[in-house]
Amino acid sequence: MDEEMEVNQNVKKVMFVMRKAPHGSIYSYEGLETVLITAAYEQDMTMVFVGDGVFALVKGQDTTEIGIKGFIKTYGALEHYDVEKIYVDRVSMEERGLTVDDFAIDVEVKEAEEIAALMEEQHATIPY
Amino acid sequence: MKFAVQVLEAPYNNQASDTAYHFIKAALEKGHTIVRVFFYHNGVINAINSAEPPNDDRNIYKRWTELGKEKGIDIVACIAASKRRGIKEGQIVEGTRISGLGQLADMTIEADRLITFG
Repeated sequence: MDEEMEVNQNVKKVMFVMRKAPHGSIYSYEGLETVLITAAYEQDMTMVFVGDGVFALVKGQDTTEIGIKGFIKTYGALEHYDVEKIYVDRVSMEERGLTVDDFAIDVEVKEAEEIAALMEEQHATIPY
Repeated sequence: MKFAVQVLEAPYNNQASDTAYHFIKAALEKGHTIVRVFFYHNGVINAINSAEPPNDDRNIYKRWTELGKEKGIDIVACIAASKRRGIKEGQIVEGTRISGLGQLADMTIEADRLITFG
């Protein structure tokens, strides 16, 4: 019991803020890499998709024509890394004509105010 | 306070490297600690040792040597991001090193604040 509590004290809340569309820059791809690596450290992780970042989650992406390696399938692996808190900013989603049905994985839609409150709780917020 | 610094953009093309450097200098002067500087994305370009910027401009590469070698700050370029951009061991400026993304996760956990430039 004592040992378990000691371990828990080392767990930090880390939020990854995904701001960019998936293939126009490397931010989204290499950001996801960081999420996977940080998961190995067993931290309390949250991913938030805001702005064009929401496009990274759109299902049915086919990057064959642009000759870039796609990584939408990697998002499906996040649950195996215990990354379960995956949030999408409602206004960002709606402004881009998207609904939750357009996404490849299950996400929770949040208001900007809720996301801001979550940011306040974090030990670190990492923007990509 | 213990700060960790992440740099995501290449020097000169973007002000991120300049701002990161000035932030680190100011933090050190105020008595704060820099846990580590991590170069990721195009930020790894900051570490290449073959660049020769014009003499009448600031030398951003030498700044990292100043912080790494003279101030003893741990400065790491991500190995995967470096390989992607043709940067290998032996091609990086003095006072920096190449290592894995785990170093980013590690400093995020250790520091009181993680500051991202870029």
